[in-house]
Amino acid sequence: MPVAGEKSWNDLSGPERRAIRFAKWLEPEGVTFRDAEAKAAYKQRVSRLIDAVELEKAPDRVPVLTKMGFYPAHRAGLTPYDAMNDTDRALEAWSRATIELQPDGLISPLHNTMPAKAFELLDYRLYDWPGHNLPKDAGYQYNEDEYMTPEEYDHLIEDPSDFLWRVYLPRVVGAYEGFSILSPAYDMVELPFSTAHIGPWGAPHQKDGFERLAAAGREVGTWAEKVFPMIAQMQGAGFPDYWGYATKAPFDFIGDSLRGTRGVIVDMFKKPEKVIEACERLAPLMVRWALAHTTVDSAPGIFIPLHKGADGFMSDEQFRTFYWPSLKKVLLGLIDHGFVPWLFAEGGYNSRLEAIAELPKGTTVWMFDRTDMVEAKRVIGGTACIQGNVPLSMMHMSTPDEVTAYCRELIRTAGHGGGFILDVGANMESPKEENVVAMIQAAKQYGAYS
Amino acid sequence: MAHDLVEALVHMKEKEALSIVEVSLEGGGDPNDILASCSEAMQIVGERFQEGSYFLPELIMSGEMLKKIAAILKPHMATQVASEAKLGRVVLGTVRGDIHDIGKDIVGFVLDVNGFEVTDLGINVPEQKFVDAVRDLSPGVLALSGFLTIAFDTMKSTIAALEEAGLRNGLRVIIGGGQIDETVRAFTGADAYGADAMAAVAYTKEMAGAK
Ligand code: B12
Repeated sequence: MPVAGEKSWNDLSGPERRAIRFAKWLEPEGVTFRDAEAKAAYKQRVSRLIDAVELEKAPDRVPVLTKMGFYPAHRAGLTPYDAMNDTDRALEAWSRATIELQPDGLISPLHNTMPAKAFELLDYRLYDWPGHNLPKDAGYQYNEDEYMTPEEYDHLIEDPSDFLWRVYLPRVVGAYEGFSILSPAYDMVELPFSTAHIGPWGAPHQKDGFERLAAAGREVGTWAEKVFPMIAQMQGAGFPDYWGYATKAPFDFIGDSLRGTRGVIVDMFKKPEKVIEACERLAPLMVRWALAHTTVDSAPGIFIPLHKGADGFMSDEQFRTFYWPSLKKVLLGLIDHGFVPWLFAEGGYNSRLEAIAELPKGTTVWMFDRTDMVEAKRVIGGTACIQGNVPLSMMHMSTPDEVTAYCRELIRTAGHGGGFILDVGANMESPKEENVVAMIQAAKQYGAYS
Repeated sequence: MAHDLVEALVHMKEKEALSIVEVSLEGGGDPNDILASCSEAMQIVGERFQEGSYFLPELIMSGEMLKKIAAILKPHMATQVASEAKLGRVVLGTVRGDIHDIGKDIVGFVLDVNGFEVTDLGINVPEQKFVDAVRDLSPGVLALSGFLTIAFDTMKSTIAALEEAGLRNGLRVIIGGGQIDETVRAFTGADAYGADAMAAVAYTKEMAGAK
């Protein structure tokens, strides 16, 4: 990526790259602003977020973001089933959520409006979704299982992508079943070896898989043609996007997707060296994963949900042995590319705050749920921006006045001096609208730094 | 031998534990003694979990080792082991719509090592199944687990269903898990909320004593 000036992208340092990403974030490519007012609002919101992240100075006021799952559908009278089956109505509902609620970043439809038809066509087994083993009013759900055997660590470590293509995907996605009889791609580099690889593509049952893949691809294509313009439109209305892509902690990649919670935990005792080796192997690939989907024009945040390193999941020593070293490599790798890792510490992260404090200042955002925010501010307030954590129970059951009081206190105790974004603790599905409004209003009314 | 087995289990040494069990059985050891060592070891694991030196991994690993030992012992067990007198009975389950069971299993495990007879109904448990279990088993305490916000509603409807069936009186209901807190307790009409498995034990003990 060539950059104005003499240095090429490869020669830039992490902070230089981040400065470029931030500058591009302020002047987004391919966005037409609705009017001068929308443009000014957009810039003000991005500056507010940048100030909160960088920790150099306090923003003009506390930024407020709104973590949500299917709430935009819910408030528009649509079910999750509708959201995943009727793109037009879903996108309208998501646009309305942003425009009506006016948070400091757009409410992205990317992770809740994906077309159910595509997963149906693929026979995608990793999740159930509304209308597929789940009622229409339920969100999609992951089916955790041991999709990789303990004996397969060596294959994973030696060649992760080969393992995923030829062993894992055929197991978990029906349309990929034919990939299990393919030979490794290495065959293709020499004509005389290549027949071993080419032959299996012609097996009679491959045709069905290809057709389903192509049909699913078209479904996603149709959806993407609508969803990305809608996101640009929201930016044009003044609401920045903040996540360019996502990645995962290596331990979670293994624990969530490959071995399952029980599997990975038993491995921690029976083959600890393999777990660690696999995490180390995956770390640079988790960085590459985010890089593959972004350009210098993408929003600088990289969303990372954290699962199996939370309080209670393991001891501090286990966290330091199995979870943190490879995650830290992923974070430092992303930071070096000028990204802002935006981590969602699901559950409690009280016992992990000291580790977070090892990261470079002003480079990450930590979204907390059940972590003590006052303690978080004390331990990592000088290192990272913290985001959260109005309890979902409160959004569902309290009164707007109670929400306001809670937010004011949170702003006072966790927000002083900047480095804080007001948000709920976990994804909202069906909160009381007036409570969401009260939270957003609280940032605007009581969040000014003067 | 007994001591070694306890040590091996407490230190999560599966191979060692299994070989001690096998050697003992070959030498004509009593399966009931092996079981007693297992429960002694689980007692210690439970204590360490409660003091905060063991975490989820040790509980899961203990469960794995016990499953394997149980499988080895099965053919050797001529008679059922008489179950020791328990402090009281608890019915436990994750409410309808929710499949999170890690927290629930810990609650079950810790209640069990603290001397309660625990009936675990599993995950995604419909209201009627709780009603039937309470009717059939008359537990002192019903423990409901849930991690999703939809569990707020199904905990409430479960408690309402018990009320409707005339089973609510005299039954103590405690709830817990992920997003659950005191606000949710008030909403659902439960008697207590517990932040962790130790809270479940403290409450259940208190209720058992109060009887
Ligand atoms: C692991 C996990 C999963 C696993 C569950 C595996 C399993 N077998 O349980 C999988 C991947 C399957 C999963 C699925 C989903 N999950 Co989930 N999951 C989690 C996660 C990361 C950890 C929960 C956990 O097990 N913690 C470990 C336990 C041991 O910790 P603990 O809570 O401290 O445990 C204590 C207390 O809870 C208490 N306790 C528990 N029960 C009880 C009962 C009583 C009576 C008492 C007194 C105490 C008590 O005692 C425990 C031991 O001390 C949380 C986030 C988090 N970190 O909390 C999300 C989370 C709970 N999941 C969430 C969601 C949304 C989902 C899915 C919908 C995601 C999806 N799209 O697939 C599905 C829903 C499936 C369903 N129908 O339930 C959300 C819920 C938010 C919401 N709005 O409802 C959370 C909060 C994450 C988030 N994104 O915000 N999940």
